[in-house]
Amino acid sequence: MSGRPGHSCSGVFVAGVPLVWLLLFVLLPLLIVFAISLAETRTGSPPYTPLFTWEAGFLPRIHVQARNYALLLSDRLYIDAFLSSLRIAATSSFIALLIAYPMAYAIARARESVRTPLLMLVILPFWTSFLIRVYAWTGILNSNGFINNVLLDFGLIKAPLPLLHTEFAVHLGIVYSYLPFMVLPIFAVLEKLDWTYLEAAADLGARPLKAFLRVTLPLSLPGIFAGVLLVFIPALGEFIVPELLGGPDTLMVGRVLWTEFFSNRDWPLASALAIGLLVLVLVPAIVFFRLMRKEEAA
Amino acid sequence: MKNRSTFVLSMLVFGYAFLYVPIVILIIYSFNDSRLVTVWSHFSARWYGELFKNAQIGEALWLSLRVAAASATVSVILGTSAAFAMRRMRTLFSRGAFEAMVTTPLILPEVLTGLSLLLLFVFLGETLGWPGQRGALTITLAHITFGMAYATVVIRARLSQLDPALEEAAADLGATPWRTFRRVTLPLLLPAIFAAWLLAFTLSLDDVVIASFVTGPGATTLPLVIFSSVRLGVSPQINALATLLVLFAACTILTATLILRREEMQAKNMK
Amino acid sequence: MDTHQDGPVRRPLQPAAANPIPLLRIEKASKRFGLVTAVDAVSLDIHRGEFFCLLGGSGSGKTTLLRMIAGLELPDEGRIAIEGEDVTGAPAYARPVNMMFQSYALFPHLSVEKNVAFGLQEEGRPKAEIAKRVREALEMLDMGAFSARKPHQLSGGQRQRVAFARALVKHPKILLLDEPLAALDKKLRERAQFELVRLRERVGITFVMVTHDQEEAMGMASRIALMQDGKIVQAGSPRELYDAPVSRYVADFFGTSNLFEGNIKECARGEAAVESAEAGTVLRGQYGERLAAQTSVAVMVRPEQVHLSREAPQAENVLRGKIASAAFLGNCHACQVTLDSGKTVLARLSPAEFGKAGSPAAGETVHLFWPSAAARVLKQ
Repeated sequence: MSGRPGHSCSGVFVAGVPLVWLLLFVLLPLLIVFAISLAETRTGSPPYTPLFTWEAGFLPRIHVQARNYALLLSDRLYIDAFLSSLRIAATSSFIALLIAYPMAYAIARARESVRTPLLMLVILPFWTSFLIRVYAWTGILNSNGFINNVLLDFGLIKAPLPLLHTEFAVHLGIVYSYLPFMVLPIFAVLEKLDWTYLEAAADLGARPLKAFLRVTLPLSLPGIFAGVLLVFIPALGEFIVPELLGGPDTLMVGRVLWTEFFSNRDWPLASALAIGLLVLVLVPAIVFFRLMRKEEAA
Repeated sequence: MKNRSTFVLSMLVFGYAFLYVPIVILIIYSFNDSRLVTVWSHFSARWYGELFKNAQIGEALWLSLRVAAASATVSVILGTSAAFAMRRMRTLFSRGAFEAMVTTPLILPEVLTGLSLLLLFVFLGETLGWPGQRGALTITLAHITFGMAYATVVIRARLSQLDPALEEAAADLGATPWRTFRRVTLPLLLPAIFAAWLLAFTLSLDDVVIASFVTGPGATTLPLVIFSSVRLGVSPQINALATLLVLFAACTILTATLILRREEMQAKNMK
Repeated sequence: MDTHQDGPVRRPLQPAAANPIPLLRIEKASKRFGLVTAVDAVSLDIHRGEFFCLLGGSGSGKTTLLRMIAGLELPDEGRIAIEGEDVTGAPAYARPVNMMFQSYALFPHLSVEKNVAFGLQEEGRPKAEIAKRVREALEMLDMGAFSARKPHQLSGGQRQRVAFARALVKHPKILLLDEPLAALDKKLRERAQFELVRLRERVGITFVMVTHDQEEAMGMASRIALMQDGKIVQAGSPRELYDAPVSRYVADFFGTSNLFEGNIKECARGEAAVESAEAGTVLRGQYGERLAAQTSVAVMVRPEQVHLSREAPQAENVLRGKIASAAFLGNCHACQVTLDSGKTVLARLSPAEFGKAGSPAAGETVHLFWPSAAARVLKQ
């Protein structure tokens, strides 16, 4: 280490404790999940076959099999789960973008003094319980929930609409829960924008909408990408929203994993699903980090 | 131009309405006397009364608060260490690998984190004999793991904003590294540490999925109680509880923001 | 250079004999950052009571060298000794040296008083002594009334004073200053230069200052070390560096100079004869080290040393050319003269001399000349 005085001994300690924690509670568990995904399920505790057995001699015998992965790739149920997770996450992200962008734009253009309170109002829901916010929608989308009551009272419908336990409700739930995560990055980019670009565009004869499409929108792309990824990635593995707001045919990977684990007690299969989910999440996550690195460098 | 700003403004209003109306409806329904939460009968606060008498919820709340406080505190300590460690790391590789591990809990789906930690505890239980019984301790350990990730991000951001000359000046004036940390760095980091603690506390208090995986008999946290209750449908006591939680969160955030704003104004004047 | 007013009076350099052990001795110190050598085997002695200046452009290594004296960087090679005591491996908090940072680095969460008291508290001094010394330091810098304020409530100049007080209150053996005047605008800078020199004389502490501004260094320092690429190119009093630079780089760094390329004809008794095609004649000048014949050199003459007349004078170093431009700058005339060889020479003449030469205008033929004692022969 080139001479920063007095920093050698304490340095090891400072880095050591969090490092050990991370190795033990982040890296090791993931390795174990991968290992278990190669085991077979059985009754008993723990409900999976051991990977190593010492029968005769010194070296253990390794029992691994990739049947769980074969199942994932062949069984319609699981393939549909992955595909619909991608689909729902993508459409939810897009809808969230449509709502969040104007909000972020409005706040970025607002007076300096009101900007912080406006932002705070966007962030505030994030600090209330996620579970409760999703639960709130059950009371609204119910067959005798708020929306149906209002529509029935006003005579607009004859029978209650099945709003709850549908894919529509799941989209609603995801957009609702993750909206602040879309607003903030877009706001961050728009706030730093030099609005004289728009003035220059107007000066060159562009009408406001055109100026927006050709100047503002392209310049805010980094914020849009960040926001979309911040919604898309968690939505992929979402469990609570599909569980509370989705129907029996709403397949999302998180929920399927839960069922396999808790209802079917098939830990190896659940582990394989978990690895599949990890792979699914990994690609957008890497894209996100590359994006962050570029932002930092800029 | 006028048309567009009207559009943007109305989207803003719609957005806020979209965010807050469900919560407001939830609060209103908590004062509905009817057991069928969403069918209005008349105004009453009886569910709050029943809530206070509910021992199960009371115990769960108490457990959740203890777990949240403990995990937030350890998260912040580990997060501060991690932030300093990352600052010190010279080589790009070691810092990149460390950073990747620290931020992994932030992007992993909760079902994955929960499953992996449960399998870890089972594995440790089989091989080392510890933990013998899963429960409050394992939940706390799990919460520390993702709490540390958030804490590191928050504290590291603030740390990188500090003028490195400040620590050099302290050393120049005779302070050893530990004294520099205690007298200069730590006081300046305190707002970020406070924010990180609050964040880890809130996330711990709110966690359902991970706790479901790693919990054991007798360790039912508040979110677990709420979750098992709402899976069956709406429940008036839950509405009352939800209202209280929302109000508590709102007050905490308002005070925290005011405190942090004052610190920011001071820092701004220094520039 | 002549438009610059006379700097404040400086104490003359202490003769080496009076201080056999230099206050600060740096021996062949080097510092590398990765592949870059910031400081390259630098050796330097600084004596008690000096106002020493490390001067150079960015990347010259002056700031790194300063930080090595402070202990904020440890040298990869070499030795650093303060009053004979080896402090090479000593961390910053163990050295009797204090630094004033370019950003002042006042602790934002502490009041002015607590900022200044910081170092004394680290020494473990009794409370009464700390209070007294803090009060005295603040009053010496006219900041006594601000002791309860926080740094963000002070102006830039006030923060600088507090930073000073904080560094001085510990009575360090050396006070280091990292570009202290860089943040000030021109008007404030001149006044601050005066105050700094006066302050040093008042407290008697040795100052070592880093700057990139040659006027500042000339005006304030008793001795200057000019650095380039991690090495000290020349160290000496401002007069020495200006009148007797050892290289073109030094000559160019301080003000403007006329440089005539040529080859050595002969060297004798301190004076060299240089055959110069640019000048069109043999020039004579002072040399530092004896050089072999035919060595490629440059002869340097400062514009204010160049004399001008219409007729060819009876003197050494006479050149003939036409006036390209003559600008009146208030206190002097700046004349650009183009020689037959095509080279342009800059001459600065007092109004009196310009008048005596007949106030020549552009296009007129004139003769330039200077005494050999005013010219220096530079090797590279």
